[in-house]
Amino acid sequence: MIRFLKATGYVLGLPVILLTAWWFGSANSTSPFWPPLSTIIETFPSTWTWDRIVGDVFPSLARLGIGFGLAVVVGIVLGTAIGLSPTLRALSEPVLEFFRAVPPPVLVPIIALFAGYTGWLGKIVTIALGCLWPILLNTVEGVRGLEPVLGDTAKSYHLSPWRRLVFVVLPGASPRIFTGARQSLSIGVILMVISELFGANRGLGAAIVQFQRSFAIPQMWTGVIVLGLIGVLLATLFKVVENRMLAWYVGQRQIERGA
Amino acid sequence: MSITTMLSGRGAQAPAAPKTDVALDLRNVQKTYDTPGRPHVEAIRNLDFQVRRGELVCVVGPSGAGKTTLLRSIAGLLDVTAGEVVLDGTTVTGPPEGMAVVFQEYGRSLFPWMTVRQNIELPLKEKGIPKAERREKVDRALEEVSLSEAAEQHPWQLSGGMQQRVAIARAIAFEPTVLLMDEPFAAVDAQTRAELEDLVRSLWKHLGVTVLFVTHDIDEAVYLGERVIVLSNRPTVLMEDVKVDLPPERDQLTTRSDPRFGELRGHVYELIQRAKRGERPDETAAVDKGV
Repeated sequence: MIRFLKATGYVLGLPVILLTAWWFGSANSTSPFWPPLSTIIETFPSTWTWDRIVGDVFPSLARLGIGFGLAVVVGIVLGTAIGLSPTLRALSEPVLEFFRAVPPPVLVPIIALFAGYTGWLGKIVTIALGCLWPILLNTVEGVRGLEPVLGDTAKSYHLSPWRRLVFVVLPGASPRIFTGARQSLSIGVILMVISELFGANRGLGAAIVQFQRSFAIPQMWTGVIVLGLIGVLLATLFKVVENRMLAWYVGQRQIERGA
Repeated sequence: MSITTMLSGRGAQAPAAPKTDVALDLRNVQKTYDTPGRPHVEAIRNLDFQVRRGELVCVVGPSGAGKTTLLRSIAGLLDVTAGEVVLDGTTVTGPPEGMAVVFQEYGRSLFPWMTVRQNIELPLKEKGIPKAERREKVDRALEEVSLSEAAEQHPWQLSGGMQQRVAIARAIAFEPTVLLMDEPFAAVDAQTRAELEDLVRSLWKHLGVTVLFVTHDIDEAVYLGERVIVLSNRPTVLMEDVKVDLPPERDQLTTRSDPRFGELRGHVYELIQRAKRGERPDETAAVDKGV
């Protein structure tokens, strides 16, 4: 029980301190851009009604989900192929490095030219393209870095290419794939917002911009808070999935460190 | 016990090897590495020896004698430059069907994301063995290495010696005609090592499997083997094929204090020392020193 309280204290401690500081720091603020936290919280329920959640938050999250999902699938498939084939690697490495170096938000206007500003397509493509590189590059590294003895073992027991892929290569690369996916997820959240800043009419990012343009400043702040909460929620979900799928990796590392 | 029957059943069906009792035949095997920047590095000059069916043969050599190169060539993981490796009458061009390898790096040859059972089961799945039978074979193999209670654990939860026993269980569940072991006990402590040596002896005896055991440890080679093949320095040739005429029942205590054991160990030790100095068998010694 004491341990549980202690753990909860660690998780909540800093947020509570920050919120308190914000609360008192902003309490007497008269600046229209920096409303007291109490005002922001007061406007919260009237701003984030169920209608708004369905109309703005869910579509944004759906686009994030689709874009991120696409990036995961394409990234793992391409990354595995590139990681396994030295020829493909030699061909694609400079190109991959180039695309990795391009900041994803730069893509927004370019993609909008082809896929449109307002529809779902442009936004999904933006999110998927931004999320793709970390997953792709980490998958390549994960597949390449597979323990050679495991490869020899798979070969000497005549594992078919399919079994080798499913039981050896992908699980072996999975810690790196998760590292890439975690980076991608945060890039995805950023792109989810950015893709809505230009000319979109619904969505979380669009809502925040509209509040700002219509001088609904406390409402704008609530939007920022919602975004932050979504970030926390997604990170927690990700951690849960990761802990489940990489239980062996976590356990192995703990033992190695203990030894 | 029934692993024995299955093994012999398998051997009886194999039509590829009707003629000889030779399980493994190395015919003038040569291996030269040709990498850019380091062209023509001769690892194995010429190796020519046979392992009879059901024999336990140890290979020793000074460090850098190309033991691993030799083992990888036999395992079909490395192409030979000239000559051939013949297993059960068939030339080895890739990892052969009837062979299982236990690698030195036990911790790295087991799949950490699988349980012990899944590790042993995977090659059997590939063989297309039905589920119930697979389960039975895994259980039996684990029993052979006295690890039945660890079946549902992950390899990294086990000690080094136990992990290597899992690797051995996986190899024997595969029911190979030849079991290759590449310095399998190099990384475990001395007590565990003695246990594992006895385990190999007893498995070999009651499973009737042919074992080729590569090691750098002279005592281990003499203790385990029916024959000890001593390799020379690089480029490797056969230094001497030493017959170990110790009684078949071996025991860490009595065998190791047997005067004959001492003699054989002394002889192999001397051969290794000579090999380290760059001496080679017979007339080639002088020539090679000149080169």
